[in-house]
Amino acid sequence: MSLDVAEPQTQTDAPAVVVHRRPAAVRWAAAAWAWVWPKALAVAIVVGFWQFLFLIEWRPPFVLPSPSTVFSSLGDLATTSRFWDSVSTTLQRAAVGYLTALLIGSFIGIAVSRIRTLRLAIGSLITGLQTMPSIAWFPFAIVVFGGTENAIYFVVVLGAAPSIANGIIAGIDHVPPSYVRLGKVMGARNLSLYRHVVLPAALPSYVAGLSQGWAFAWRSLMAGELLVLALGVTSVGASLDFARQLNHMDEVIAWMIVILVIGMIADTIFTGMSRTIRRRRGLAIDD
Amino acid sequence: MSQSLIAAGGPQVSGALSPTLRVKGVTKVFGHHDTRTVALQDVNLEVFPGEFVTVVGASGCGKSTLLNLVANLEKPTTGEIEVGGQVAFMFQEATLLPWLTARRNIELALRLHGVPRADRATRAEDLLETVRLSGMADKRPHELSGGMRQRVALARVLAQEAEVVLMDEPLGALDAMTRDHMHDEIERVWERHKFCVLFVTHNMREAVRLADRVVLMTSSPGRVKLDQRITIPRPRRIDSAEVAELASELTEALREEVAAHVA
Repeated sequence: MSLDVAEPQTQTDAPAVVVHRRPAAVRWAAAAWAWVWPKALAVAIVVGFWQFLFLIEWRPPFVLPSPSTVFSSLGDLATTSRFWDSVSTTLQRAAVGYLTALLIGSFIGIAVSRIRTLRLAIGSLITGLQTMPSIAWFPFAIVVFGGTENAIYFVVVLGAAPSIANGIIAGIDHVPPSYVRLGKVMGARNLSLYRHVVLPAALPSYVAGLSQGWAFAWRSLMAGELLVLALGVTSVGASLDFARQLNHMDEVIAWMIVILVIGMIADTIFTGMSRTIRRRRGLAIDD
Repeated sequence: MSQSLIAAGGPQVSGALSPTLRVKGVTKVFGHHDTRTVALQDVNLEVFPGEFVTVVGASGCGKSTLLNLVANLEKPTTGEIEVGGQVAFMFQEATLLPWLTARRNIELALRLHGVPRADRATRAEDLLETVRLSGMADKRPHELSGGMRQRVALARVLAQEAEVVLMDEPLGALDAMTRDHMHDEIERVWERHKFCVLFVTHNMREAVRLADRVVLMTSSPGRVKLDQRITIPRPRRIDSAEVAELASELTEALREEVAAHVA
């Protein structure tokens, strides 16, 4: 029997071409630079345009302050404890609201994808809720919950949970039947089939839902903090509104930058998760 | 000439042994009324311990349906299927879960088979060794070639310690060289582990190359037309004259059936 004919393994064994590798530090710096410069350029263009508007006095300086004024205000703010209290209050609210939405959304998503009647009952409602601007919930929430944090949580959860639920529903709906068949012939049933096959297969779509859910949660939270000034507690939204009332436009813009940066950091995390998952499954091109 | 090669078929040689797999008068109908299609009609088949049976037929003859019925993924409309032992399945596509490494794919099969956690790593290592992929344990499916993926799938089948292994055109997507190599690989593992195999293909030479018995099926509805014992001694080569000759005779027999049916 001709057993000894090994299959060609050139694609993984001993590379034919020897790559001359630069030192690790150099490669790291090159990678960092490649990552940084497009972003730095984009920021420079925006700041440059802003500076231009300031110079031609498109609006009076007390309405549109210069970039340097705003950045120095931001620097000053960052040394105050009020700033860090605001940021930590807001981040805590974001975490609590988002995690609640995550639990509720995941639970509803799995339930809807499993139970046919439930899908018929609330399947389109979930999509409807997803398209509803969350700010439209606030008049109702403020009356029902009063000016408390609960009004904010209510709207944050309503904003984020449908996206998360829809992400998991779409993921489970699109699990290739061949994986389910494979799981079944390996002896997986019901719970183990879900755990080892269906849920992992649905993961990319779930992460997309998580990412979208975060965007909705963050928007709802900002709207809520501007509208529901809960008990004089400092928060990012409340500080932004406070600065506006005092006509401190440099601080208004500084707080807007803080909101933008937090949103971008969160987005980077979700994008990273999604990339890692796709790369592991051979769905992304390695660079 | 054909008389000398195509002897009266059937598995008489197995004598007193009782079959591991018995398909008795199985009919499978899909749809209702207008959309009604008979995929299989009165199919009878027995596979004895350690036997390698290939099923050949034109597309739409219900070969894959037959395997799904045996694997209990679908229920027969009428008739009975008796399987004496664990069933494992090897597919053409989606042979592995893409989010798990080769090792993890095998460990999952071991886990679902009830192997305790402590033993899984060593067992997986041994199984990868068996299909000669030790160096590839931590690769994900997309990093492996088609042939390597099928070898991991073969290792996974072994992990299930099945008595009956169903293969649904597992090599259909491979190039001729790799396929030839996989024939040796499957045969070697089969000879060592003594499970019985039901291997579906539309490639007659492949069927003759591998089988103890070739079962020919015709389509619409799917029926067994011929059950032919292959006596060519092993090791065989797919390009040997004997294999080629018998394959073309069987192809001719199948063609006559199809022609008669169409006319």
